[in-house]
Amino acid sequence: MTGYAQLDLAASVGQILPELVATAAFLLAVVVDLVSRRRKEAVCAVVLAGCIAGLVLSLAQLKAGQSLIFAGMAAADPLAAILKAVVFLATGLVALFSLGSPEIRMSGRGEYYSLLLVVAVGACFMASAMNFVMVYLATELVTVTSCILVAHAKDDRRASEAALKYILFGAAASGVMIYGISLLYGATGTLSLTGVSRALVSGQVPGLVAVLGVVFVLAGIGYKIAAVPFHFWCPDVYEGAPTPITAFLSIVPEAAGFGLLIRVYMLGFGERMGQGWAAAASLDWPSLLAVVSALTMTLGNLGALHQTNLKRLMAYSSIAHAGYILMGFVALSKTGLNAMIIYIIVYLFMNLGVFAVLIGLSRRLASDQIASFRGLGGRAKFPAFAMTVFLFSLTGIPPLAGFTGKFYLFAAVIDAKIYWLAIVGALNSVVSLYYYVRIIKAMYIEAGETEGGPIQLPALYTALLVALVVPTVVLGIFWGPLAGMTEASLRFLF
Amino acid sequence: MVTLGHYLGLSAVLFAIGVTGVLVRRNALVVFMSIELMLNAANLAFVAFARHRADVGGLVFVFFVLAVAAAEVAVGLAIIIAIYRNRGTVNVDEINLMRW
Repeated sequence: MTGYAQLDLAASVGQILPELVATAAFLLAVVVDLVSRRRKEAVCAVVLAGCIAGLVLSLAQLKAGQSLIFAGMAAADPLAAILKAVVFLATGLVALFSLGSPEIRMSGRGEYYSLLLVVAVGACFMASAMNFVMVYLATELVTVTSCILVAHAKDDRRASEAALKYILFGAAASGVMIYGISLLYGATGTLSLTGVSRALVSGQVPGLVAVLGVVFVLAGIGYKIAAVPFHFWCPDVYEGAPTPITAFLSIVPEAAGFGLLIRVYMLGFGERMGQGWAAAASLDWPSLLAVVSALTMTLGNLGALHQTNLKRLMAYSSIAHAGYILMGFVALSKTGLNAMIIYIIVYLFMNLGVFAVLIGLSRRLASDQIASFRGLGGRAKFPAFAMTVFLFSLTGIPPLAGFTGKFYLFAAVIDAKIYWLAIVGALNSVVSLYYYVRIIKAMYIEAGETEGGPIQLPALYTALLVALVVPTVVLGIFWGPLAGMTEASLRFLF
Repeated sequence: MVTLGHYLGLSAVLFAIGVTGVLVRRNALVVFMSIELMLNAANLAFVAFARHRADVGGLVFVFFVLAVAAAEVAVGLAIIIAIYRNRGTVNVDEINLMRW
């Protein structure tokens, strides 16, 4: 157990400033929604302000040390701080994306923006939970609110179908998870992660109960990060949800889910061994997660191969990327966790970039089908170029940010001597090149309709694309400061 | 004499019935009810363990599960109503605009 200092209630409040500010911004957004005339823009501005304040306050917590807050319910540590920063950055970007999106404009309601902040707050608590009560509450806050967002276009048949699948899967997954938690509680007599770890290490927990608990809890977390076999909701929800929400779901719950995975499995089901971590007692969950990781990336990539709808393709691609990120966790080392965090940050830029192109062009494209991207290279030069950068980066081609991320992940797995997983990962990267390049080929090589003439992207989206292309390229060449920051944020665990 | 084992046995049976319901029933409302059964199986286990160990942690968890389940059902039923308005059915086999 690492040295967490227990803070009293008054001191705890100071440690959740980002969440408090985001909650205050949410409440303000609800009021503004009622009184303002240009309410969509006004609410979006309030939400953006909340995200920026949350981002700044989270970054300020990076160097704040580590403590347990609210009687051990949550932790304030650099790992939580960096994931909170990711969550607020992504939420702010998605709020901006949504401004010009026809799917959001149609429904014309301000509460859409305010609900984004609620999910962000839930995601922050997911990333800092230290007690199973908090794990459950934070996960449910994210799931239930995300379902409202997916169902936001309530007259859209696909959106309501996606929302139904999302909430049914989510509720079933959390039902399995709390049954697992109840078994662990019965066997260990505590709900705190560190307490569970102590009990598991002491060997007083019956083996079967421990195995069932560890596997059942994986259902709840696996659902959030879309890991096989809990990924079935992902393609349908990505395809059916409004595109900005798809972008949101691809990064915010996923980043928080990985934070939760690190906390629950390392601090709850693991124990510290010298310089690294190992599974507690006789549980071999690292091997289980290695298999899950290999299956997740393989099924994700194979599923993406024959997709014709870009949003559905991105769903399978995000399943595959969840598999890559899991590789870093399996290594259970400082380099492995560092690789995970770097990859999540890099993934934020490149994945949101793809969706930004899709949303920016959505007025001019016939559909989300890849076929409607034909000939785009000639008609919309900058968006097509940006899309190419993002897709190559997702494949992991140097000198783009995706390569940096993959490099760290593979280095960590090889370092941990799990060679078979590294080989599976490398083969998968090759497979993924095929379907990403298919989109690029459609844009540049295949002839499309030309009668539409050149497409002018709205200024907001041009600015957003520049803001996403720059980090995607820069982090591929010059990643030292980012890697240094993420490594410093993990130092307390090792 | 009802022992901890009896409660856990009942809880395991309830959980199994709930999981089976989620997997085999096709009506979205019945699937939701089966999920409630899974949650209540966990609640029963929590209460039994809390009494056995004379610890209030499990009881607190049950309160949170009840409250969250209510919120989840509120959103879930709203979505089912939206589906019914759009499609005229709540059968999950017929709700299949999107396929593999």
